Amino acid sequence: MKPALFGSALAIGLGAASLQAAAQDRPQFTVYAPDYFASSWGPGPKIQEGFEAICECDLVFVTGDVLPRILLEGEGTRADAVIGLNTDVMARARASGLFAPHGQDTSDLTMPVEWDDEVFLPFNWSQVAFVYDENRLDEAPTSFEALLDAPDDLSIIIQDPRAAVSGLALLLWVKAIYGDAAGEAWERLAPKVLTVTQGWSEAYGMFTDGEADMVLSFTSSPAYHIMAENETNYHAAIFDEGHYLYVETAARIGGSIKPELGKQFMEYILSDDFQSMIAEANWSFPAKLDEAEWPDVFRELPQPERTIHLSEREAESLRQPALNEWLTALSR
Amino acid sequence: MADRVVALGRSQAGAGRFGGGEALIGQLAAAFLLAMIGGTIAAVAWRAGGLGALGPWDWRAVWFTIWQAALSATLSAVLAIPVAKALARRQFAGRRALVTLLGAPFILPVIVAITGLVAVFGRSGIANAALGWAGLPSVSIYGWQGVIIAHVFFNLPLSVRLILQGWQSIPAERVRLAQSLGFTPSDISRHLERPMLREVLPGVWLAVFLVCLTSFAVALALGGGPRATTIELAIYQAFRFDFDMGRAASLGLVQIGLCLIALLLSARIAVPAAFGAGLDRIAPLPAPPGWRAPVDALWIIAASAFLIVPMAAVMATGIPRIPALPDMVWLATLRSLGMAVVSALLTLALTLPLALAIAQGRSWVEFAGMVPIVASPLVLGTGLFLILRPFVQPDQLALPATAAINAVMAMPFALRALVPAARALRADYGRLADSLSLSGLARLRLVTLPRLAAPMGFAGGLAAALSMGDLGVITLFASPDRATLPFVLYSLMNSYRMADAAAAAVLLMAISFALFWSFERGGRHAAA
Repeated sequence: MKPALFGSALAIGLGAASLQAAAQDRPQFTVYAPDYFASSWGPGPKIQEGFEAICECDLVFVTGDVLPRILLEGEGTRADAVIGLNTDVMARARASGLFAPHGQDTSDLTMPVEWDDEVFLPFNWSQVAFVYDENRLDEAPTSFEALLDAPDDLSIIIQDPRAAVSGLALLLWVKAIYGDAAGEAWERLAPKVLTVTQGWSEAYGMFTDGEADMVLSFTSSPAYHIMAENETNYHAAIFDEGHYLYVETAARIGGSIKPELGKQFMEYILSDDFQSMIAEANWSFPAKLDEAEWPDVFRELPQPERTIHLSEREAESLRQPALNEWLTALSR
Repeated sequence: MADRVVALGRSQAGAGRFGGGEALIGQLAAAFLLAMIGGTIAAVAWRAGGLGALGPWDWRAVWFTIWQAALSATLSAVLAIPVAKALARRQFAGRRALVTLLGAPFILPVIVAITGLVAVFGRSGIANAALGWAGLPSVSIYGWQGVIIAHVFFNLPLSVRLILQGWQSIPAERVRLAQSLGFTPSDISRHLERPMLREVLPGVWLAVFLVCLTSFAVALALGGGPRATTIELAIYQAFRFDFDMGRAASLGLVQIGLCLIALLLSARIAVPAAFGAGLDRIAPLPAPPGWRAPVDALWIIAASAFLIVPMAAVMATGIPRIPALPDMVWLATLRSLGMAVVSALLTLALTLPLALAIAQGRSWVEFAGMVPIVASPLVLGTGLFLILRPFVQPDQLALPATAAINAVMAMPFALRALVPAARALRADYGRLADSLSLSGLARLRLVTLPRLAAPMGFAGGLAAALSMGDLGVITLFASPDRATLPFVLYSLMNSYRMADAAAAAVLLMAISFALFWSFERGGRHAAA
């Protein structure tokens, strides 16, 4: 290879990036989001398009581990807003004191629980659930207790609570159902756990490759298979004890020099425009949209009778003891 | 007497003005490395207000990490010996292509390799289907054995390559001499092969041990649960679950301490083979007939099946989807390609002076060169982020920072390939070059580069391919406009698009391999 060729390959790679960042007169509005959010297949591009149509600004997503990053940066953060923080990490986010009230009316949200948080604004929600393929598993357990009692050759894949937010949600789900007996519940579940992955995606990939009977995912997951792949054999097993609520939120940064844009962004998040797009863009239920307006497939998904929701204080205080129980039970 | 001559030669070169320049650049490069690794840990600890104490689970992670790394390294090195030996003494059509192909798993991105291993050894994989068909009980890849299988899958290729290089470094003159003396295979083993292995094996074992020390995604995906927690995962937990930067920094230091201990141990065990210089004639080892022939064939076939079938499984699922991949994937591919080439060149520029300095006997330089292997990508990335942030916006630096970090992370492997060659160069031609007053660029052009071109090609190929597949350090520097191919692969998976992700994985695998192949071929041509 000639040096000139190296150079041009590099120039194409770097140049493509800088073209997009070409200076524009409109103010820049920076939003921190999880990695998957801003890819072409996440909700990011649609949010960007929708918000830029009304804000006369340039919405720039900065992706990564949102919470660790914002905590590292502290007061000096460049973010004007963040999106994608889930309920289980809200307490730690709030404690940083970096966020400002969203200023939106949350009295008429379409969520299974009341929401009166003044800082974190929910934009979509789902519930943690075990997803199975009916071609593999004829009869899925109908309760957590039945899952624990199932024969040990029923295999499940879960995510590590230390590395994945969905894994943390499972940890708190079990803790909420079983309380002091959570450690024992984990011991009963342990023989069925085929493996524990770092992220949701590895687990789900192994599951769709046919490695396990069930995978820890969300009640809304089957919607993807139905709408994008025309596959109707994937279902979320609905448990009698209820399902742990998984809410994703957005918040604006108090120290931002563009508070007006921040407020406008919060308003946009609850707008019909945003809400009618998010179900299919993020495979999740809209936080403020009448059920009648959901995509058909989402309306028809089975919903759990009960929703389990821990306040952020409960979630924060249960996190560490629940992790120790989990580590102990699964290390046996 | 011979010993004294060598010793004299060494001290002269060390103090002389000709060796001085090379060594100085090498030491500067080493100092830069240590500053970067140490500086990033310091930055993280400083942000946390000090180092944090390790908890009982952290210590369990430390012990598991050491145990699995030692086992993986031993297995990889031991299994690699008969395979390398068979490849060294048997000639057959397509041998060179097979040697290159067998190197591929080492450069596979972790997520791709896991997919391939699961397709073969998983519950619904090919191996268990075959066992079930034969009426045998199935095997499970989940649990500690899965971690070990995956690590051997990754590192057997590296071990085979390095040991094979050792075999090929036995000068033709010695092989001829052995033949004319009527050496039997066991004589050859005693007088030529064992001294060579004594020199090469400790380095191979060390390299694999260190790679496995920082293993993270493998242990997590196949480990089956918290029993298989590695230090790197404990760091991840400190960073993400506890936001305890002090503990993350402490764990980063533990990794470096382990590296130091392992390095000291392997340095005590390794003994130079001292074959002396040859005239570079090619004289393949005699291929003994009789029972040894089918045994060699069996080793080659078994290793090929173990290493190639999982890759073929990935190809089979992914190839049909490639034409349907969205444009973003192709853009990311181009970006990754450019970055990988820059990384590789940077690695070579850093490694060459380092290897020359190590050949002159600076052992601290060798330590500096090996440290990046055990530097936690997460700590390195976070530290760099903290250091750079007051001056620039980190996401503006996404590609340069990733290229630089990847270059540094690939250095230890490049060193493994270059140092033996640099040592041989120094021992065989150093005094001649000194006596001719060859120095500076002339020495580089006339002696160093031609003699080292082949291992440099190999090292550059490794660096390019590793950089292509790396994801570890970019979490804090990522930016959607500058997404690399591995990043896009994860994004696809996160959006349920497993089929597209499989296609992107094939692309990633093919390009990594093509990069490795072109660099290596380039090096061989330059050497010829």
